[in-house]
Amino acid sequence: MADNRIRVALTGNPNVGKTTLFNMITGSRQHVGNWPGVTVEKKSGFKMHKGYEIEVVDLPGTYSLTAYSLDEVVARDFIVDEKPDVVVQIVDATNIERNLYLTTQLMELGSKMIIALNMYDLAEERGDKLHVENMEKILAMPVVLTIASDNVGISELLDTVIAEKQKENHHSREIGYGDEIESRIIEVEKVLSQEDGLASRYPLRWLAVRLLDGDENILRKISGSSVALQIKSILESVDIEEYEALMADKRYEVISAMFPQMCERCMTRMTTSDMVDRVMTNKYLGIPIFLALMWGAFELTFSFANPFMVIIEMIFVWLGETAAFYIRPEWLASLIGEGIIGGVGSVFLFIPNIFILFFLLSMLEDSGYLARAAFIVDRVMYKIGLQGKSFIPMLLGFGCNVPAIMATRSIEDRMDRMATIMVVPFISCGARLPIYILFAGTFFSKNAGTVIFCIYLLGILVAVASAKLLRTTTLKGHPAPFILELPPYRVPTLKNSIRHMWDNGSMYIRKAGTIILGGSVVIWLLAALPWGVEYGSEDSFIGIVGHAIQPLLGPLGFDWKISVSLLFGFVAKEIVVASLGVLYGVGDDELALTDSLLADPNMYGITALSLMVFSLLYMPCIAVVGIIKKETGSWKWTAFSVAYGLAVAWLLAFIVFQGGKLLN
Amino acid sequence: MVESTLNDLRPGEKARIIKVLAKGTVRRKLMDMGMVPGSEIEVVRTAPLGDPIEFRIKGYSLSMRKQEAVNVVVETIV
Repeated sequence: MADNRIRVALTGNPNVGKTTLFNMITGSRQHVGNWPGVTVEKKSGFKMHKGYEIEVVDLPGTYSLTAYSLDEVVARDFIVDEKPDVVVQIVDATNIERNLYLTTQLMELGSKMIIALNMYDLAEERGDKLHVENMEKILAMPVVLTIASDNVGISELLDTVIAEKQKENHHSREIGYGDEIESRIIEVEKVLSQEDGLASRYPLRWLAVRLLDGDENILRKISGSSVALQIKSILESVDIEEYEALMADKRYEVISAMFPQMCERCMTRMTTSDMVDRVMTNKYLGIPIFLALMWGAFELTFSFANPFMVIIEMIFVWLGETAAFYIRPEWLASLIGEGIIGGVGSVFLFIPNIFILFFLLSMLEDSGYLARAAFIVDRVMYKIGLQGKSFIPMLLGFGCNVPAIMATRSIEDRMDRMATIMVVPFISCGARLPIYILFAGTFFSKNAGTVIFCIYLLGILVAVASAKLLRTTTLKGHPAPFILELPPYRVPTLKNSIRHMWDNGSMYIRKAGTIILGGSVVIWLLAALPWGVEYGSEDSFIGIVGHAIQPLLGPLGFDWKISVSLLFGFVAKEIVVASLGVLYGVGDDELALTDSLLADPNMYGITALSLMVFSLLYMPCIAVVGIIKKETGSWKWTAFSVAYGLAVAWLLAFIVFQGGKLLN
Repeated sequence: MVESTLNDLRPGEKARIIKVLAKGTVRRKLMDMGMVPGSEIEVVRTAPLGDPIEFRIKGYSLSMRKQEAVNVVVETIV
């Protein structure tokens, strides 16, 4: 690597302003992707500073490096394996003591380190006295004061990064764990040094500490080496659980010895945040406030987005028609107009939702309320096998499942998150409503409202039952422990929220977009081929497939026309109604469609009910499949979600139809 | 000085941690968050529905469910 290039890793606890600092340094020169092999998001960016090209890698926010979660493993592996030139830990100046716990672990990795003491203004405002020089001396590393949200101290931080990089040698401070453990550390270290490969890759003392701390991840790392057996026998002779507690204890002991010299009067006292919480999580007010905020967020995400969605739809319809008008031959016009432009349109249709949603989520998260919301509803969600943070995604599902599944990102525990992703599709989204309106309106005119309400309720019940079912089978176990920090309330910054909105919006277009577009083109091909048939008619492939699968759907009361329109429903639920119009030969005329449905000898009330139940529960749309693949990172889970939805839909529609027939 | 578990404390009460009984990842997570023997902890409030509980430890707010709090043995401080 050239001398003027510096690689910096950014670490820190969650809620310390790490993302803000990262954005401030790198501006728009960012790259967002995934860490190799895992679904943890990786962000990196570049900054030119005083002739140096500084690459900044934003590591996942963690409280510790003990490999409790995937995030911790990713952060730790990056520092030990990739050996960045400098590691910058962002420390919340109002919460130094807890933040230093991570520092004690980072120090052991042997990298050059800098502390960015962020939000020091807030600490000083409340009367804390920070002794930066003492802190530097005690920790043996530079400390820079920053206020990331106001761009204060960023330039100094970069200067310090360059200075650290140029330093020839550096010594890192070590935590002493007491005589007994220290002698074990030396013993393990000695054994490890016999294997040549290890010493060149990892600091041996760190490896020894981690092994004695019961770190299975590290144990796996050395399992292939020649010393693995010897290490195992040493570890078996000690009480790892006791060591684990002793070592954590020792780290905090060291911290509480250092802490008073770094910060005076930094004790707990009643802050503004506590006062806000007296209202927000109040026994009586907490729930009404929560419901009001959720209702507001939902309204803004969907009602506010609606006019934009109408405009986007109009633009793409116009584009499609224009293409169909000018392009010859006709099949090409149809491919471009209906297949490609239609497909791109269905990707872009969700953009207003997604942008507004992520803007609001970022506001809620940065303000500190998101953690409180989870705190308030956790009890209810836990009962159904999920957790507090599952609530917002499920609520959003009533608007659109796509942003709802994206919103599960705030759930750290992978099992909890998977369970939430798997049940969200049963929440009836806005696109399913036209189907209910058509069929409930046609066959249950007087009780249409009640019928539609019951369908929504059924969706919730299936989601709850599925969560319970998943928790006793594939995702066996109770929800992860709810050990959650409630960060102090802060005023969210517009800049950060816009950034968050943009990052997630563009990620959606790139990642889910390709799958949505691909799926749309496949459905177009099925509807347009073989050569010369009328689009989506009985003779097209989709019509033939519809006929072929009709025997499967017959027990639910569906004829081939319904079967074909349900196939179209894979693209988007709103297309079900439109394709029925084509199949009944009435086009867009909904009144005529109502008449044709009533005149159809195969359609009864129970058929309509069965169809609504089926539409509610089977795969929502291709966009949801795309986003499930993107968010789970697994085709297996994606396939499971689709198959499970189809199975549940079939079963319940079967019960409705056959049960209804028996009763009649 | 009475020995009890964290879930038994009422809002406003303070205690010192004696022992963390939890096993595996819960234990590790609790310790990472500062729940080590000797630390002072205060109950701030319970959630409106009665669970989880909010605590104050090492100057910050931490919430956990009662079922996790059962695993932390404490002595109350008057």
